[in-house]
Amino acid sequence: MIYGLIAVGYTMVYGIIGMINFAHGDVFMVGAFLALISILALGAGGIAAGPAALLLVLLLTVAFTALYGWTVERLAYRPLRGSFRLAPLISAIGMSIVLQNYVQIAQGARVKPLEPLVPGGITLLTEAGFAAQLSYMQMLIVAVTLGVLAVFTWLVTRTPLGRAMRACEQDRRMASLLGIDTDRTISLTFVIGAGLAAVAGMMYLLRYGVIDFYIGFLAGVKAFTAAVLGGIGSLPGAVLGGLLIGLIETFWSAYFSVQYKDVAAFSILVLTLVFLPTGLLGRAEVEKV
Amino acid sequence: MSAPAGVAEAPPRAAAPVAGALREAGLAALVALGLFGPMVGLRTEPGAGGLMLVQRWPTVALLCAMVFVGRFGLVWARSHRFPAFLPALARAVPLALALALLFALMLPPLPTGETLLSAGGHDRALALLALFVVAGGVFLALGWGRAAPAVAVASTRSGRWEGSLRRFGRVLGPLLLALALLLPALPWVGRYTLDLGILVLTYVMLGWGLNIVVGLAGLLDLGYVAFYAVGAYSYALLSTSLGWSFWLCLPLAGIMAAFAGILLGFPVLRLRGDYLAIVTLGFGEIIRIVLLNWVSLTGGPNGIGGIPRPSFFGLSFSAGGGPGSFADFFGLEPSPTHRVVFLYYLILALALLTNWVTIRLRRQPLGRAWEALREDEIACRALGINVTTTKLTAFALGAMFGGFAGAFFATRQAFISPESFTFLESAIVLAIVVLGGLGSQIGVAIAAVVMIGGFEVFRDLAEWRMLVFGGAMVLIMVLRPRGIVASRTPTVALGKRRAISGELVGEGHG
Amino acid sequence: MSGVAGTDILRVEDLSMRFGGLLAVAGVSFEAARGAITSLIGPNGAGKTTVFNCVTGFYRPTGGAVLLQAPEVAGGAPVALHRLAGHRIVRAGVARTFQNIRLFSGMTALENLLVAQHNALMAATGWGIGAVLGLVRYPRAEAAAIDRARAWLAATNLLERADDPAGALPYGAQRRLEIARAMCTDPLLLCLDEPAAGLNPRESDQLAALLLRIRSGEAPNGAPCSILLIEHDMGVVMRISDRVVVLDHGRKIADGTPAAVRADPKVIAAYLGEEEADEDAPAEAGVAGSGVAGAASGPGGTA
Repeated sequence: MIYGLIAVGYTMVYGIIGMINFAHGDVFMVGAFLALISILALGAGGIAAGPAALLLVLLLTVAFTALYGWTVERLAYRPLRGSFRLAPLISAIGMSIVLQNYVQIAQGARVKPLEPLVPGGITLLTEAGFAAQLSYMQMLIVAVTLGVLAVFTWLVTRTPLGRAMRACEQDRRMASLLGIDTDRTISLTFVIGAGLAAVAGMMYLLRYGVIDFYIGFLAGVKAFTAAVLGGIGSLPGAVLGGLLIGLIETFWSAYFSVQYKDVAAFSILVLTLVFLPTGLLGRAEVEKV
Repeated sequence: MSAPAGVAEAPPRAAAPVAGALREAGLAALVALGLFGPMVGLRTEPGAGGLMLVQRWPTVALLCAMVFVGRFGLVWARSHRFPAFLPALARAVPLALALALLFALMLPPLPTGETLLSAGGHDRALALLALFVVAGGVFLALGWGRAAPAVAVASTRSGRWEGSLRRFGRVLGPLLLALALLLPALPWVGRYTLDLGILVLTYVMLGWGLNIVVGLAGLLDLGYVAFYAVGAYSYALLSTSLGWSFWLCLPLAGIMAAFAGILLGFPVLRLRGDYLAIVTLGFGEIIRIVLLNWVSLTGGPNGIGGIPRPSFFGLSFSAGGGPGSFADFFGLEPSPTHRVVFLYYLILALALLTNWVTIRLRRQPLGRAWEALREDEIACRALGINVTTTKLTAFALGAMFGGFAGAFFATRQAFISPESFTFLESAIVLAIVVLGGLGSQIGVAIAAVVMIGGFEVFRDLAEWRMLVFGGAMVLIMVLRPRGIVASRTPTVALGKRRAISGELVGEGHG
Repeated sequence: MSGVAGTDILRVEDLSMRFGGLLAVAGVSFEAARGAITSLIGPNGAGKTTVFNCVTGFYRPTGGAVLLQAPEVAGGAPVALHRLAGHRIVRAGVARTFQNIRLFSGMTALENLLVAQHNALMAATGWGIGAVLGLVRYPRAEAAAIDRARAWLAATNLLERADDPAGALPYGAQRRLEIARAMCTDPLLLCLDEPAAGLNPRESDQLAALLLRIRSGEAPNGAPCSILLIEHDMGVVMRISDRVVVLDHGRKIADGTPAAVRADPKVIAAYLGEEEADEDAPAEAGVAGSGVAGAASGPGGTA
C-alpha cells in the first residue's frame, strides 16, 4: 500500500516529463521525518494523540514535504528541461544524495524510534497459539491510503489541473501552444507527488515506528518497481503494482528467507521488464519505423 | 543550454531591479524558512521517555539569511547588463561565500577559548579560505562559459569554450600523462599523495570502463559497481582459496566480470532507456545483497580479509626485506613505499590499457558500431549490424575493465566487504563519466581527478562532503549538462578532423 | 520497360500482415524484376510501408512469403527473407532507407558510410580482436572501405561535406547520404521509402537521375542494382519506374507498366476516392507532413 503511494508519484513524474525522479524515494524519507517532527511538536504543544491530531500531522507533513518537492523540481530539474536525457538523471541522483545527507546532518544518523500512536486492534480469529490480528493502525493506514487515492483520482480526472497534467503528458509542446502553463503544471505534479510521498512517509512511520535517513533509497527503488510492474504511466497500475510488491515481499519473507526479500523485489523488476515491458496495465508502444 | 541558471525565472524588468531582487530574495527566504524550519530548527534527540525536540532557530535564521543574500545577488546580477565576466563573478562570489559559510557552520564547534585566528582554528580558517577560492574559481569558470552574451549563437558559444579547451587539451593530455608517470618520483610527493593518486586512478579506470558502455554505446548502466564487485570477489576468492598469483587471478577476475556482464546483458539489452537503467541498478543491488547474505562463500558483512598482495614478478614486497623480496633483489633499503609505488604504476598501467583499448576500438568497426548504436538503433539494424552482439560486446568489455579495477581494489585493500560496493559507487562513476563528457577520454580523466581529489581533500568534513558532493553534481549538471568536453571527434576523416558539437551527438536510448 | 532481361529478384507471395484486429496487408503478391525499378504506390493507409517493412525484415509477416532470388548469394535457392532475423536481411542483399531520415547525426558523412560497411570490416578485423592488436589486414580493409565511401560520396555529390556531421547537412543532402549509406552495404535490392519526400523539384530530378544510375550500374558499385520504391511523387514514379504496383486497403489493385497503371480505372477510382476528401491534391499530397512532395507531384501526377 505504501509502495503504491510512492509509486503513484513516480508514475506521475515519469508520465509527465519522462524521467525517473531519483530523489522521489528521498522525498518520501523527508516526509517520514517531517511527520515525526510534527508529531513531536504537536505533542510538545499539548495536542495529544487523537484523530484530530493525526489529521493535523497529516496536513503539516503534506504541506512541508510538498514544499520540498517543489524546491527539488525548481532547483535540480527545471533548469535542465529540454536538456539531454542523462543530465536530469545525474542531477536527480545528486539531489538524492543531498537530501539524504542533509537529513542525516540535520537530524542525526541514528534511527528514530516512535512508540505506536494507535495501539490495539481487533482479533479476527484465534487458533491454538496463533492470533490473526488486525490492528487499528493497519486499518487506519488502509483507510487513509484509500482516501488519499480517491482524492487524488478525483484531482487528476475531474479538475482542470488534472486535464492540464494529462495534456502535458501527451504532448508537452502542444499543451504549451494551447496555453497551458507547462512549467506550473509540472511544478504542481511534483508538489502532488511529494504530497503523496509525504502521506506514504507518515504511514511508514506509523506502521513501523522506526525511521532513519536511509529508508528512501530502498523504498524508492521498490516503488519504482511497483510503478513498472503496474505499467509506468498508469496510475491504477501503480497502486496495483504497489500492492503486489508488498504482498510478494510479505509472502517471500514468510516462506523463504527474509534476507533475500529485496532480491525478490529486484528480480520481479527484472522479470517484469524482460517479459512484460509495458507492465500489467501499461499501454503497448508500437515501434514506428 | 538556454535555460536560466539557478532558481530564477524571467528576470524582473529593469524598472526597479533592487526592489524586484529584494522581493525575489524575500520569497526565496520564505521558502527556505519552510524548508529548514522544521527540519533543521527542530532536531529530534533521544531523551527521557522517547524522542525530544531540540530547537535550533538561530541556525535556521542564518540559513534563511544566506538564501536571501544569495538569491538577491543572483537576481540583482542578472538584472544588470554587465559584460559576460561580471555576472559570472557576481554569481560565483555569493555561491562560494555561501558554501564556505555553510562549512564553517557545520563544523564541530571549536574548543572553547579558540577563535578562527588562534593556533587551533588556523587550519580551519585556511581550509575555508581555500574552499572559498576553489569553489569561487569553479563557479566562475562554469558561469563564464555559459554567461556569454545572448547574441552569440549557442553553437558558437559552446564552440569557443570547446575550442580553447581543445587547444589546451592537446597539451593537457600528454601533460597529465607525464605528471601521472612522474608522480612517485617527485620529491614532495609522499605516501598520502600516492595513495590518493591510486584512488583517483582507480576511478579514472572505472570511468573509462563505463565510458565504453554509457559514452560510446549509449547504454545507461546504473549498476556498474556490480562488475567491480564481481572482479574484486573473484580475485579475492581465487587468490585466498586457491592461492593463485596476482597475475593469474587478474585476468580471471576480468573474465568473470565480463561473463557477469554478458549474463546480465542477454535478458536486459532489449530494454530501452530508463528501463535499462533501473534494471542495471537492480542487478547491482542484487549482487550486493547476495554478497551480503551468502555467508559461506563471501563471509557476508565481514567480508574477505587477508587477500595476498601482488608481487613484482615473484618478488614480494614484505616489509622486513629478507631473501626473495623486492628490496633484497635490487639491493634497496626495505621500505613500505615500494609497494605503494608499485601499486601506483600497476593501476596506471591498467588505466592506460583501458584507455588504449578504448581509443583503438573507437577507430574501428566495433567502436563505430557502438557509436552508431547510440545514434540510431533502428538504422543500425537496417545496415545489417547485429545489435544484440554489439551491445553485448560493449557491456562485456566495460564489465571486464570494471573487473580489473575490482581485482586491483581487492589486492590493494587486502580486505573487501559488500560495503564497498553500494549504489553510491555506481553513481559516482556515472557522475564522473557524465561530468567529463560522454565519450570523451580526457574529460573523464579530468572529472575523476576533480571529483575524487576534491572529495578526498574535504575528508575531514565527514558527512558534509557527501552533501557538497551531491550538490556539486546538481550544480554542474545545471551549468554544463553535457559535461566538460561536450563535443565529439570524428574517428576518421578525409580532410582535417573537426570536432562535432555535442548538440548533434545522440545520447542513446538503451 | 527497360531492356534488362532476367528473372525476378524479389517475389512476394500472398503476403499478409495483421496488427491485432487490423488486417493491414491482405494476400499481396508481386514480383520485382532484376535490374528494374519497381514502385509501390497507393493511397494513404494502403499498406505500402507495411509491405516494405516485411520485405526489409522489420516486421515478421503473419502469412505468406518474401523470397529473394539471388543465385549468387544462396547458391541458386531463393532466400526466405520473411524468416531471417532483422540484421541478416542486409547480408542477404537487401538495403533500405527510411521515410523519416535515420542517419547517425552526430557522426560525419564518411563515418556513416563506414558504419554501413560494418560487416565486411568486422570480418577483416577478426571480430575486433585482431584490429586492437594492430594486424595488417585491417588497415588495408579500411582503406578499401574509405575508397568506396569516397566513391559514393562523389556519386551523391557530397564529397566536400564528407567530414561534416550528418545532422548538420541540409535536408536534401541527408536524403542522398542515406541512399549512399544503403548502397555501401553492397545490396542486390535497394528499398527506398519515399526518398523524394520534402525535396524541391530540382532535387527530385537529381534523385531520379541518381536512381537510374544505380539501377544501370553506372554508379560506383559497378553491378546493376534493383530498386523497390515507395513514392508519393508521381512525377518521379512515372518517369523512372519499370513497373508499378498499386495497393489499396491492403490489397493489390493493379500491377503493370506506368502507362498501363495510369490508365487503369481501378487505380483512378482509388485515387479519386482520395481526392474527394482532399480537393486539390492529385495524388496523396500533404501526406506525412511532406507538403513539398505534394506540390512537386502536381504536374507529374496529371501528366
